[in-house]
Amino acid sequence: MTENISAPVRRVDAIEKLTGRARYISDYTFAGLLHARMLRSDHPRARILDISVPELPEGYFYIDAKDIPKGGKNRISMIKDDWRVFAEGEVRYVGETIALIAGPEKEKVLEILSGITVIYEDLEPAFTLEEGLACKGGPIVGNDNLYGEYHLRKGNPEEAFKQASRIIKDTYLTGFQEHLYLEPQGMVGTWEEEKVTLYASAQCPFYIRRSVAGVLGVSEPEVRVKQATTGGAFGGKEHFPDVIATPLAVAVNKIRKPIQLVFERIEDISYTCKRHPSRITIKTALDSENNIIGMDIDTVINAGGYESSSLIVLQRAILHGISVYNIPNAHIRGRAVATNTFPSDAYRGFGAPQGLYAIEVHMSQVARELGMSPAEFKRKHFIKTGDTTITNTTMKDKVLLKEMLRKIDTLSGYSEKVKVCDRDPLKGIGIAFANHGCGFTGNGEQEIINAVAEMEHLADGRAALYVSTVEMGQGLQTVLRKIAARELGCGIAGIVYDNPDTSRVPDSGPTVASRSTMVVGFLVQQCARELKARWGEGPGVRVRKQYRHPEGLTWDQATLQGDAYPTYGWGVNVIEVALDPVTYEITTTGIWSVFDVGVPMDELIMAGQVSGGVIQALGYGALEKCEVRDGRFFQHTMADYTIPTSMDFPSVQNAFVENPYVYGPFGAKGAGELVFDAAAPAYADAVGHLLGKKINEIPVTPEKVMEALKR
Amino acid sequence: MKELTFILNGKEIILTADPFKRLLDVLREDLKLTGVKEGCGEGECGACAVLLDGILVNSCLVPVGLVAGREVMTPEGLAETEKGKQIVEALANAGAVQCGFCSPGMAMAAAALLETNATPTEEEIREAISGNLCRCTGYDLIVEGIKEAAKREAGL
Repeated sequence: MTENISAPVRRVDAIEKLTGRARYISDYTFAGLLHARMLRSDHPRARILDISVPELPEGYFYIDAKDIPKGGKNRISMIKDDWRVFAEGEVRYVGETIALIAGPEKEKVLEILSGITVIYEDLEPAFTLEEGLACKGGPIVGNDNLYGEYHLRKGNPEEAFKQASRIIKDTYLTGFQEHLYLEPQGMVGTWEEEKVTLYASAQCPFYIRRSVAGVLGVSEPEVRVKQATTGGAFGGKEHFPDVIATPLAVAVNKIRKPIQLVFERIEDISYTCKRHPSRITIKTALDSENNIIGMDIDTVINAGGYESSSLIVLQRAILHGISVYNIPNAHIRGRAVATNTFPSDAYRGFGAPQGLYAIEVHMSQVARELGMSPAEFKRKHFIKTGDTTITNTTMKDKVLLKEMLRKIDTLSGYSEKVKVCDRDPLKGIGIAFANHGCGFTGNGEQEIINAVAEMEHLADGRAALYVSTVEMGQGLQTVLRKIAARELGCGIAGIVYDNPDTSRVPDSGPTVASRSTMVVGFLVQQCARELKARWGEGPGVRVRKQYRHPEGLTWDQATLQGDAYPTYGWGVNVIEVALDPVTYEITTTGIWSVFDVGVPMDELIMAGQVSGGVIQALGYGALEKCEVRDGRFFQHTMADYTIPTSMDFPSVQNAFVENPYVYGPFGAKGAGELVFDAAAPAYADAVGHLLGKKINEIPVTPEKVMEALKR
Repeated sequence: MKELTFILNGKEIILTADPFKRLLDVLREDLKLTGVKEGCGEGECGACAVLLDGILVNSCLVPVGLVAGREVMTPEGLAETEKGKQIVEALANAGAVQCGFCSPGMAMAAAALLETNATPTEEEIREAISGNLCRCTGYDLIVEGIKEAAKREAGL
């Protein structure tokens, strides 16, 4: 066991998944299983005047808000608890759950569904950010349609703008992005041991448990949630599964039979949360030597019909709003606006990709306007260890940006290729940096989550790992085993780590926010260390470790001041593109990346995260158009919502820089979201470079390229 | 309902089914072979891919009546063949599996390719799996795995 922790091992779940033996939620069988479908609103903003349900055949059920037991509430706890389990009286978006129909035959359930008539009185809806801000049709929430507004201030930005010798201003737009995990959303609810049990494709079993307990009006341990093998998530199975779990639990509580609710793909794209669209306006003040002396950033995100986690997303968007730069005077305003679109929610990066896209493209555009190389201009403004952050504390990370820039330059030949592309009208190259705060914002790990992990010496000589964080494709089943096995001095086969069951594992928090390896992995390492020291006591010893916030960090949640994150992952992408002058199609001809994830816990798993994250981000930047027309997502099949295929992008050439983090297991930091952050702005920058025009909106479709060329 | 005879994973089977029922549903519901996954139900994602007389098809688009008298290979069957074992081993070792929902279909696509092209180039591999969507891996390690599978099959 002297091998480097980063040396790859074969993933523990690979063979069962390849051979089709792994059981996903739709592979589960239950005797007497009923099938359920949602009755959803097809009006974006309306009062419900009447619902007429045809007479139901024996064994079929119509479940709505009236079936919520006494003591329960018609609210889902998803950070904020404003989202309704079942609409009552009004609907705020197309796709809002009104009722559930359940029964033995799928076809019959569909027939009943099509026989239900809902009479609406329409109200004037607001769909876009602008319509939301203008309170079109009257405010949906409060008197200004804002779920929340924040301001971050550093230095004296007003004075900097007065002193500026030049001011450059632009507005950047990003659209909805659908997660498009390959396995659609799904769950089975059963009545076991006198309580509701949910088998779920999900990231956060304890989130589901809390929501369901609140709706049923029971204590949390009276609900059991078991994770099924989960076929991809990317944030899409963070809060949204509660929207399935809660009505399903109400149905199971009433009917006391197993009920399956699995979405078809068209339902999944049409009626699940997406990444928040954003509009970010950046104003940059420069002195006479082309140094940035001030910035003013106005960030608005479209949160849709309910708030859910949108304010936390907004916080992350503004906290990443000036990327990896040290700007002496800055003001960032952030607003989350209510509209009548499907509520936006978590998606890999959680707001950071929107903020980073805008600032990274802007920095490149400013550089070009000043006749400078974007890489050089960005380097000149890099934040260093000890500099003051946007939240007015010192940057405590060891920052390796300059080394990373040198490394990606060697890897990609960026400096030389820039000159080639400058002369060639059909070629362009872009560069973008990112940092990503690992774990929950501020003191959230301590104040909100307070994670616990446990390990036990089993009778068969192996050790069991008890955590609530899940495998969803990212490799956690393998990585946590590796960490525990390394400490115990055994092989990974010596560690038992079953999919979490809330009745058997402690709450080590949700599988989100690039926290699982760093935060939960660190607890696992400590558990394994103690278990090893006590191994001689024999089987039955169970150890428990609780999260402790790293010392020396401060945070004030009310003012968003202090150490916004315990540490950051850092990254840079270079993207090279070519234009077909006839079709306006852009071909990506090279992709390079360098990441600082502390110490990779497995080089092969991290390589998979890098390629997967970068390609998903290039989908966001180049392909994945998702429009709202009359309140509906216009693209709602895999044929018209186009994610990258194996033919769309070349392979990703990646390197890491090692930068061990003392509060991560074996030096690991978070990585899952960082790898998504820089590729879309690098792509937009490359296309902008190629065209010699500003590209301010993603996705950069061929239509947009054509429009830009005609400008 | 109609009685249908076909070869499933090397063995002849006889079953009674609505000939218009999707092969995907017959495999998953009637035969309990859940290695084929429903990712989209409209032939876009490849998660339900099987080999029909050696050709890669999406089982969500095939009415079961069409397979009468023909040979169907599912991921479960592929994993039992010598070549299939090499593909599974190579993909597993290459880190080609993440969430795994596309993985059985990817293995089927690799088998279909290697059956007709024992030494595929990277471009040929990318083309061969272009009907199989993956949201996790960005495809790079799947491509590497199929290159490795080709080498392993050459050694059989």
